[in-house]
Amino acid sequence: MNAAHYEYVRRLGDNALVLGQRLSEWCGHSPFLEEDIAMANTALDLIGRARMLYTHAAALEGRGRDEDALAYGRDEREFGNFLMCELPKGDYAFTLVRQYLLDVYHHRLFTALTTSRDETLAAIAAKAVKEAAYHLRRSGDWVVRLGDGTDESRDRCQAALDELWGYTDELFAGDAVDAAMAEAGIGVAPASLAEGWRAEVEALFDRAQLALPRDDWQASGGRAGLHTEHMGRLLAELQFVPRAYPGARW
Amino acid sequence: MSSKHLPLWEVFIRSRRGLDHKHIGSLHAADPEQALQAARDTYTRRQEGVSIWVVRSSDIHASQFEDEAAFFDPAADKIYRHPTFYDVPEELKL
Repeated sequence: MNAAHYEYVRRLGDNALVLGQRLSEWCGHSPFLEEDIAMANTALDLIGRARMLYTHAAALEGRGRDEDALAYGRDEREFGNFLMCELPKGDYAFTLVRQYLLDVYHHRLFTALTTSRDETLAAIAAKAVKEAAYHLRRSGDWVVRLGDGTDESRDRCQAALDELWGYTDELFAGDAVDAAMAEAGIGVAPASLAEGWRAEVEALFDRAQLALPRDDWQASGGRAGLHTEHMGRLLAELQFVPRAYPGARW
Repeated sequence: MSSKHLPLWEVFIRSRRGLDHKHIGSLHAADPEQALQAARDTYTRRQEGVSIWVVRSSDIHASQFEDEAAFFDPAADKIYRHPTFYDVPEELKL
């Protein structure tokens, strides 16, 4: 039970860290100054979420590791984030459509986790759900703006959605860890989020005049540590300094 | 980075309940919703506020520098407009 509990909480942290790292790549490169600050804020929210989840996971694991050991001391196969989180940031439409798909998911997930039997996880969820509500408001607003915008912005948005759609099944697949945690009242069965998520994103894509892609291919494996070719490079950048200079402080 | 197509907005923040909104800065945004979000992200990151107003800068009508003499100088010698000009009876003093 403890191993599954650790795995469940740490994987939530993996999603937050990897997505936060991707968003942070926009810092200094966003289309205009206000967006640059807003995107960096969101990235920092996610990295803050990862810190809380990793600290809790490390305590559950009980092997003396801390948040830094989990973030910087693990290799690709030991990360259990969704593949969608690690995909390169692409253009602004891609970043925002991905963010929207995941914001809807996380808003619903953390809302459900506020009643977890794990009181620490419930407290983390209570904080995360407020941030996620704002992230969702922002990313949803942008998807409608871009989808219902110019020909170019709609084309880019539609292309992003078409590319990302095949990574959405993974959000709801679940495995033995999820099942055990849902059974114990600690976690949420991912499949239970699917229907509400789908209805919410369909309604927004309708407003944004974006067509829902066909369900003709699905990629998965991230949660089991089987990642895309992009994950290694992301970790190389994320982990370079603490690996090259162990224990470095400034 | 370019914002040449987006209108300018003035941002007012109420720092605590009971206080007035104060002008804190400006930003570029396409419409009121985006302006509010940008104001939240730009100006309230360190708990600076509990309420935000945004106003299109073009909707603010400002007095001009050349109005200064006519607008403000005449008040300079009218010290009787200040409450401190008047002697308050001893009985009213706290």
